[in-house]
Amino acid sequence: MAERQIRNYSMNFGPQHPAAHGVLRLVLELDGEIIDRADPHIGLLHRGTEKLIEHKTYLQAAPYFDRLDYVAPMNQEHAYALAVEKLLGIEAPPRAQYIRVLYGEIGRILNHLLNISTYALDVGAMTPFLWMFEEREVLMEFYERVSGARLHAAYFRPGGVHKDMPAGLAEDILAFVERFPQIIDDIENLLTENRIFRQRTVDIGVITGEQALDWGFSGPCLRASGLPWDLRRSQPYDAYEEIDFDVPVGKHGDCFDRYLVRIEEMRQSLSIIRQALESMPEGPVTVDDRKISPPSRSEMKNSMESLIHHFKLFTEGYHVPKGETYTAVEAPKGEFGVYLVADGTNKPYRCKIRAPGFAFLQALDFMVRGHMLADVVALIGSLDIVFGEIDR
Amino acid sequence: MMEQELQDLRDHVLVAMSGHVLSSCDEKGELIFTVKRDSTVHVLNFLRDDSSCLFKALIDICGVDFPDRDPRFEVVYQLLSLAQNQRLRVKVETDEDTPVPSVTGIFSSAGWFEREIWDLFGISFSGHPDLRRILTDYGFEGHPLRKDFPLTGYVEVRYNDEQKRVVYEPVKLTQEFRSFDFLSPWEGMQQLLPGDEKAGNSEETEAGEE
Repeated sequence: MAERQIRNYSMNFGPQHPAAHGVLRLVLELDGEIIDRADPHIGLLHRGTEKLIEHKTYLQAAPYFDRLDYVAPMNQEHAYALAVEKLLGIEAPPRAQYIRVLYGEIGRILNHLLNISTYALDVGAMTPFLWMFEEREVLMEFYERVSGARLHAAYFRPGGVHKDMPAGLAEDILAFVERFPQIIDDIENLLTENRIFRQRTVDIGVITGEQALDWGFSGPCLRASGLPWDLRRSQPYDAYEEIDFDVPVGKHGDCFDRYLVRIEEMRQSLSIIRQALESMPEGPVTVDDRKISPPSRSEMKNSMESLIHHFKLFTEGYHVPKGETYTAVEAPKGEFGVYLVADGTNKPYRCKIRAPGFAFLQALDFMVRGHMLADVVALIGSLDIVFGEIDR
Repeated sequence: MMEQELQDLRDHVLVAMSGHVLSSCDEKGELIFTVKRDSTVHVLNFLRDDSSCLFKALIDICGVDFPDRDPRFEVVYQLLSLAQNQRLRVKVETDEDTPVPSVTGIFSSAGWFEREIWDLFGISFSGHPDLRRILTDYGFEGHPLRKDFPLTGYVEVRYNDEQKRVVYEPVKLTQEFRSFDFLSPWEGMQQLLPGDEKAGNSEETEAGEE
C-alpha cells in the first residue's frame, strides 16, 4: 500500500462545549489525535467589569466581585474589601475578621466541590456530580442565611461585613462540619482509587514547580507541583494568623495531584471553619465610623444625623485618599489580587483584577502539547477554570 | 522587621540598578520602582535572577491611563518572590506610539498580560511573539479602558431576523447616560463658583477696579 501524506488539521473546541466550563473557544491543531498547539480564544464573557468599576463608588463596585468567579463569590469580595481598607487605613473588627475567614473557607469548599465534581464528570464519572451538588446547596443556604442571596452575596464590605450572623447559624454550620468528612470519604471512595479516573489523570499535564512559577501559577495548581505556597500562611490577612492549618502539597504536578490537593484542602477548610467558629469573639461587625459604614436601621429612625450619614453613604459614598495598593488573597483557585488606584474621589481611578484562572488558561497551550485530544478535557477540569473571572 | 527587609531590598536594587531606576518609593509597605522604558527587560531579569531578590513569579501586568500626564500610560508589573516572601511593583511610563519592550522572554506568563494591555489600552509591546486582541470581540475597534473611551462604547449588537445574523449598530440609549458629580459642594468651597467660568476675563477687571 502506498504511503499516504497525512495532513495536520485544526479543530474548534467550544465555545459551547460542556467540558469547556463556560464559553471557551479552543482552536486545536491536531496531528492525528495528538495536539500540536492549542490556541484558547477567551473574552466571550467579557463584561467590562474594570471599566464599570471606574464609574461606580467604592461600595457600588463591591457586588461586581461576586460576578467574577461566581463559584466562590465571597472570596473575591474579600480581596476588594481588604484593598479598600488598606487605602482607607482601617481594619475590620475582630468578629468581622473571623466571619470573613469562616465564609472564605465555606467558599473554598463550594469551589472545590464544584471543581472536583465537574472534573470527574468530564472524565466520565457521573455520580460525584450529583452527590456534591446536593452539598453545595447546603453551603449556599449558609450564604443565603447570612446575606440573603445564594450566590451574589455582596456581604463582605470595606470595613467589615454587612450584618452579623443570625442566631442559630453557627450551630448549623458546626453540624455541617461534623457531617461533611463522611461526604469527602464517599467522594474519595468513588474517585481516588478508581481505575478509570486514574487512567485519565495520572501523569497528564505535568508541570514542575519552576515552570508553574514561570507561568504565574498560584493556589492548588502551584501546590500540586510541590511548592508549599499559601497566602493564608505566608502573608496572612484577617484572622488567618491565629488559625492553625496544614498546607497540602503534591509531588508530581499532574492532574491527579491537583485533585488530591483539593480534596485535602477541603478537610483543612473544615478544620479552619471549626476553629473560626470556636474562637469567634463577640462584638461589632463593621468599623465604628459613620463616614464609612452605615448606621443601623433603628438609629436612622431616631437620629437626623444618622439619616444624613445613610443618605450620603449610599449616594455619594466615601472618599478614599489618594494612593494605590495591590492586595491579594488566597482564593480557592489561587492568588486573586486587586490593584486599586485611588485619586482621592469617591470612585476608584483604576481597578485591575488579577484572576488566577487567567494565568492557568494561558499555560494550557504549554501543558497540552503532545497529549491526546481527550486529555484536554481532563486538563481544563484540573486547572479549575471559570470564565467569569478570566474574561472579567 | 518587615520594614527593615523592605528597606534593605530597596537599597540593594537601587545600588545594583542605578542608571536604570528613575525613582522608588515605599507606599503602605509596598515597594515601587519606576524604571526607564528601555531598561524594563534588564531590570526584571535582574530581579528574577539576583540571589537576594529571586522574584520568580510575574503575577500580573496592567496598564493605567493618566490622560493629563505627558507620557500618558503607566505599565505596572507585579512581582512576587517566594524565597523572600516579598512583593514588588515595577512601573514603566509610555505613550500611545512608543512600544514597551516585551518581557515574554523572561516570564512566560507575560504573554497574555501584554496582549490584554494591547487590547484594552493600545500600548504596544516590541518583541511580543503574538500581539493580538484577547478580551474584546473579533473585529473590535478602539481601546476600551482608555479614559476617553465612553462607558457605553460605540456599537451594540442585536440579532436581525431578516438577515438571519447578528448585526452591529451604533449605540442607542433610551435614557441619556447620567454621571453624577459628587465632588462639588460637600468638599468645601471651590476657587471658582458655579457660573463664574462664563464671566471669563471680566472677573479680573472687576478685581482690578476694587
